[in-house]
Amino acid sequence: MYKYDNYDQTIVNERVAQFRDQTERFLAGKLTEDEFRPLRLMNGLYVQRYAPMLRVAIPYGLLSSEQLRMLAHISRKYDKNYAHFSTRQNVQYNWPALETVPDILADLASVEMHAIQTSGNDIRNTTSDQFAGIAQDELDDPRPYCEIIRQWSTFHPEFSFLPRKFKIAVSGATHDRAAVKVHDIGLYLVKNDAGEIGFNVIVGGGLGRTPFIGPSIRPFLQKQDLLSYLEAILRVYNRYGRRDNMYRARIKILVNDLGKEEFTRQVEAEWLQIKDGVMKLDQKEIDRVKGFFTAPDYDASAAEDKSFAAEQESNKSFSNWAKRNLFPHKVAGYKAVVVSLKAPGVAPGDATDEQMDHIADLADKYSFGEIVVTHDQNLVLPNVKQADLFVLWEKLLEKNLATANIGLLTDMICCPGLDFCALANAGSIPIAKQINDKFNDIDYLHDIGDIKIKMSGCMNACGHHHVGHIGILGVRKKDEEFYQLTLGGSSESDACLGERLGPSIAKAEVADVIGKLLDVYVEQRQEEERFLDTFRRVGITPFKDRVYPKKPVKEKAHASN
Amino acid sequence: MRVIKDKKIVDDEWSVIRDLDDAAPVPDGDVILPFHYWQANRETLLKQASKHAVWINGDTDVEDLISDLEHFSMIALDFPVFKDGRCYSHARLLKDRYDYKGDLRAIGDVLRDQLFFMHRCGIDSFQIREDKDAEDALNAFNDFTVRYQAAADDAVPIYKLR
Repeated sequence: MYKYDNYDQTIVNERVAQFRDQTERFLAGKLTEDEFRPLRLMNGLYVQRYAPMLRVAIPYGLLSSEQLRMLAHISRKYDKNYAHFSTRQNVQYNWPALETVPDILADLASVEMHAIQTSGNDIRNTTSDQFAGIAQDELDDPRPYCEIIRQWSTFHPEFSFLPRKFKIAVSGATHDRAAVKVHDIGLYLVKNDAGEIGFNVIVGGGLGRTPFIGPSIRPFLQKQDLLSYLEAILRVYNRYGRRDNMYRARIKILVNDLGKEEFTRQVEAEWLQIKDGVMKLDQKEIDRVKGFFTAPDYDASAAEDKSFAAEQESNKSFSNWAKRNLFPHKVAGYKAVVVSLKAPGVAPGDATDEQMDHIADLADKYSFGEIVVTHDQNLVLPNVKQADLFVLWEKLLEKNLATANIGLLTDMICCPGLDFCALANAGSIPIAKQINDKFNDIDYLHDIGDIKIKMSGCMNACGHHHVGHIGILGVRKKDEEFYQLTLGGSSESDACLGERLGPSIAKAEVADVIGKLLDVYVEQRQEEERFLDTFRRVGITPFKDRVYPKKPVKEKAHASN
Repeated sequence: MRVIKDKKIVDDEWSVIRDLDDAAPVPDGDVILPFHYWQANRETLLKQASKHAVWINGDTDVEDLISDLEHFSMIALDFPVFKDGRCYSHARLLKDRYDYKGDLRAIGDVLRDQLFFMHRCGIDSFQIREDKDAEDALNAFNDFTVRYQAAADDAVPIYKLR
């Protein structure tokens, strides 16, 4: 993984000093709350329902074991012994005291971490595929480009006061695991006819109140032009993005208002002015950064192991886990292991200090000391030899980290909701618990198979409900919590937005309604169809009819038709 | 006007005229005029005064100034609120693309913690908001000694030095 040199370390150290000074000025009354807000936001510090929330950047989700141990240490020393991994591959602390945040940042800086631009109207942490570097379907490793983007975007002088926040995702695989098309800028690594690798550039996707699947504005961009093209897009956005209404200020609105053609014309015109200047990336620099993401020292005889198959034969729990929580690896005899942070009764994405320390130890022992945060709020040990899987599984079990539910109904994406967030209309975590309580039969869950439930406590859509196979949106009606369901969304290569099922439903009924939706699926499914496939084939009507039975008068009208 | 220039606090002769009707007579002294007034009275101004300065904000199309750049000793960029970041792009375009050699000045909601970014975008002088301590604001230039990107102040990105 990328290692800081003196320049990188100096920047984060200076940032700590700067924020310490800003915090002191605020506490001394020299900065008003309004003036301090954008400064603390650029350091990932929000004021939430009960306490400040600090969001720490995990660039493209990649952590060393040493860094994960530091995250555990911080949760112990400054917080309530746990941390929350977010859908943007970052980590959040819900209970730090404002006065201690400079110390937390200093601790983070000691392991090459920071909270720079994890909030505010700036370029946020670039996200990527959790299986980058090891996936079989990967054309090129996206992480070096993410790191190049990280450095370019850090304290970018021109783009630190954008109309709104700005999120970039990069994927290098055939199968999109980074939700590229719902980002402000999404980049797919692609190969052109000449066999060169470059980027397909998507702009203006997003969720929130006005969801869009982003269009491609340039099907092939040479990799040397990456930063100049990003700079051109950002400059057009910074100059012309709306600033009068925060709900209309994301780049998706500009792209939609101008139309894709006109927006593209403006970007290309700007780009022509800068593409051959200092913004052009050196191949030498690309190679230097790539040099940090080389393959570890794999065991060439790993595939000869017979124990993995034998243990699966003899142990049903292990084989259930192996079926769901392993991901194929490009090296024979290796697997990527998904460590589930979705155990029943636990808020999705939460990990305790003990669990983090434990995972860090396991990463050292079994996965070359690296851990990846997924955008589904789980953790990945990317490089595990198959001969080690059984013992690893046993050790994960000890700390409640081996729930065999990856990709299943209970592997939900969930925002912090009303329990923590000042914006939320409704709870998310209690609904996750309701779903876990109702669907606790592992055989049933495995029978239902792949399904993505995504839940947001308000229309800002931090839980990505628009792109859930089943999306759940918390709304408020007469001061009570209600939930609006959508079906058929996807954030992958076939990205699309979910379709509204019908009127919102009461809090107590959410899990029961999901039960009815699953009944329809089980009755209608053909062969290997997933829930999403069945939905796409049969449409929304059978689901609608089951959840909202037609009244007799409507049936009469239907009969006379 | 008290401003920060070349990382020092100095008094200079310029004052900003915020509101000015296009039909009004040309004000006396070293004044920074609204750009619309310049557009409406260009010929008169060129005859009457020896040096000229205008202010613009994010709504102004920076391309509209380009043909007149040689006449301006100063262009002031107005930040009505600090989070309106459009003038950062204006600054870079004026300095990097259109090679403006005069004084580029930040006016309006100009605060210590924006100076580092403004300076990097090519802004030369800063009129700190009146209720703020300009001495204190001088510290902003020392916040960071390393910069990743090329901008108006650094000709090359840091990676070229690695």
